[in-house]
Amino acid sequence: MGPHGRRARRLVKAALGLSVLVAGVALVATAPRSAGGARVFVPARGDEVLERLPARTEGRRTRELRALRAALAKTPRDVELAVRTARLAIELSRARADPRYQGYAEAALAPLFHEGAAPPTAALTLRATLRQSQHDFPGALADLDVVVARAPKDAQAWLTRAVVLTVLARYPEARAACARLEPLAPAVVVAVCRETLASLTGQATAAYARLSRAAEGARLVTPEEGAWVASTLGELAARAGDVDAGRRHLERALELEPDDPYVLAALADLELDAARPAEVVRRLAGKEDNDLLLLRLAIAEASVRAPEAEAHAALLGQRFRASRLRGDVVHRREEARYLVALAGEPRRALELARANWEVQREVPDARVLMEAALAARAREEARPALTWLAESRCEDPALLRLRQELE
Amino acid sequence: MTRARLVTLVGALCALLALLLPRAAWAHKPSDAYLVVAVRGADVSLRLDLALRDLDDELGLDRDEDGELTWAEARAAAPAAAAAAWSSIEVRASDGAGEISAECTHVADAPPAIVRHSDGAYLVLQRRLACRAAPRALTLRYGLFFARDPQHRAVVRVDAGAASRSIVLRAAAREATLDLTDPAPARRAFLAMVREGAAHIAQGYDHLLFLLALLLPAVLVRRPGSARFAPRARFRPAALDVLRVVTAFTVAHSVTLSLAALEVVVLPSRLVESVIAASVVAAALNNLFPLLREGRWLATFALGLMHGFGFAATLHDLDLGRGALVVSLLGFNVGVELGQLALVAAFLPLAFAARRTWVYRRLVLKGGSLLIAALALVWLAERALAVRLLP
Repeated sequence: MGPHGRRARRLVKAALGLSVLVAGVALVATAPRSAGGARVFVPARGDEVLERLPARTEGRRTRELRALRAALAKTPRDVELAVRTARLAIELSRARADPRYQGYAEAALAPLFHEGAAPPTAALTLRATLRQSQHDFPGALADLDVVVARAPKDAQAWLTRAVVLTVLARYPEARAACARLEPLAPAVVVAVCRETLASLTGQATAAYARLSRAAEGARLVTPEEGAWVASTLGELAARAGDVDAGRRHLERALELEPDDPYVLAALADLELDAARPAEVVRRLAGKEDNDLLLLRLAIAEASVRAPEAEAHAALLGQRFRASRLRGDVVHRREEARYLVALAGEPRRALELARANWEVQREVPDARVLMEAALAARAREEARPALTWLAESRCEDPALLRLRQELE
Repeated sequence: MTRARLVTLVGALCALLALLLPRAAWAHKPSDAYLVVAVRGADVSLRLDLALRDLDDELGLDRDEDGELTWAEARAAAPAAAAAAWSSIEVRASDGAGEISAECTHVADAPPAIVRHSDGAYLVLQRRLACRAAPRALTLRYGLFFARDPQHRAVVRVDAGAASRSIVLRAAAREATLDLTDPAPARRAFLAMVREGAAHIAQGYDHLLFLLALLLPAVLVRRPGSARFAPRARFRPAALDVLRVVTAFTVAHSVTLSLAALEVVVLPSRLVESVIAASVVAAALNNLFPLLREGRWLATFALGLMHGFGFAATLHDLDLGRGALVVSLLGFNVGVELGQLALVAAFLPLAFAARRTWVYRRLVLKGGSLLIAALALVWLAERALAVRLLP
């Protein structure tokens, strides 16, 4: 056998050795994860807990809703009962960040929309809220148009209208809706409506100062109201560049409404921007049920290289796939952020961020569009967000930083 | 003001405030059921996954009201769940001419079981039906939970032969008819996967650079006992060398792609991506400091195994139906090979023509390999340490 043959043999051995190594690593790595797919099983023990119902931890409103739905099943066309049921269901959908309750609200309202007569005003306002949650903003505005034409003193309708128009970046119309609210609602509510707009349109610092003053003098009736004002103050402070004040307000909001998912997400975003991911991991660990929070948790874990990072990112990917299977598009903002920050798929992120921008135009929507354009090296694609930024004169620090990177 | 009036007023204010801002618009997936219909000849089997949370809302599973749903509670409610489910699902088979000729009858039910989807635990109900003849079209009607939650949807997959068809049934569209003889979905799915595979290789710079690093020296031959290259005299040996390398890469990544796609072997993506980057470094460095001369195809095979796991991650993200997995796998692989072939077809004639020049031997081979190694080294650092170095 010549030197050639020997060498070839050595190579074969080396290659085989390497293959065995790869296979070995593969098997070891597989063992604990074989249940990763959707495996059908019969639990071994009857007392094995399969699901925890977050709803039961606060039973009063759950029981109340159940009683209302049971009563409504007997008299589905009872307008007052239907409206009460839908309102409570929407409140619960917010408190628990669970869209199932929106479905229950929709079911309660449905019989009121199937008659020849015009639907009741209260039902229209609630349907507008549901449509807004499902990102059907034109549908929501159409309902609200009818409401304010019928009842020009309906504070709720004007407020919801202002909110929807703000999401659509139609600021002058939103401002007009806040003005209509002025004689109808408490001063602090009007201030939140106004100053949120001012903060988006070139008066970040002044808006924060004005809302702080309005909040100081206000008598806050309920924890919900206090938490709402505090979390708005937190957002306005952060936009004005005062991270510490932002954190203080958001923490105050959490004292009033512990575990409010909206506030938790806002606080997590603030900490991520302040480069304090460990804080996010500490606060959000165990809250993986909520996709909004799982997204922040997985991003934070990836940056501190926590061992759960990969599993959590994978779980989030599965949740997005499940949503896509059912044909949902309401979470494009979050999915785009996931694709940029965790999945390393800037192209697909950009597609989603662009489609999302056509539907809603809030600060996070502009941000994810700019981030995706940067990551995909397609700066041109960020133009709609840059145009909006220039026209609105929004001073969000993260957006200004991104604009610099893009230019 | 009476107390009742005060309560109403405060209640109204609370309601007003609870409805104020567009908050937490999305935090959980709304309610879904998953229905898989598998058609084999005249046998039709159904598998329905129902979220325990939905069953709790409909049937009150949580008997002891402790907020925890146990297997005992789910099992106790399973007969009622099955009765409600099967009475709200209708499967009609037809001979394809619009006539319902093959009524399907109930043969057997499997005992209830559990499956975990990404948003929680689901009760699994399974039923087998026998139709009089192999159905050519299937009409499905679904009506569970809609009365309580109009946002509920049924995500339906019908596996028949090599094709998987997916539809979503909702409150406003509860019925759908699927033509099982139509070959178009299978063909479309296959072609879509071919495109996916080709797109993946075209955008997967790591795979391309790996292949390129291996191909660069193919038009040259080493002088015995020296690290210097000399141009190959004839095209045939160069082409054979390329063929060996490409075949080894193809066979290796096909094996691991299949293993990973079928979930026989699942590797953590960070490990896979890091080893892939390392393989590019190794392939490029071998052109500068040759360790392996002949038999590069063997090393290619070993490293190609890892690239297959990398492809599988993409395939996994596309979320394929089980029934169509083999076809999809084949299509994806064909796409990857076509992409590779395009690279080879563009590379080989050019390289062969330029092989005698200084530019090719110094600049392209040495400089190119150096560049590839440097880039892949950065990837390796990024992937292994989970940091971002490149803009």
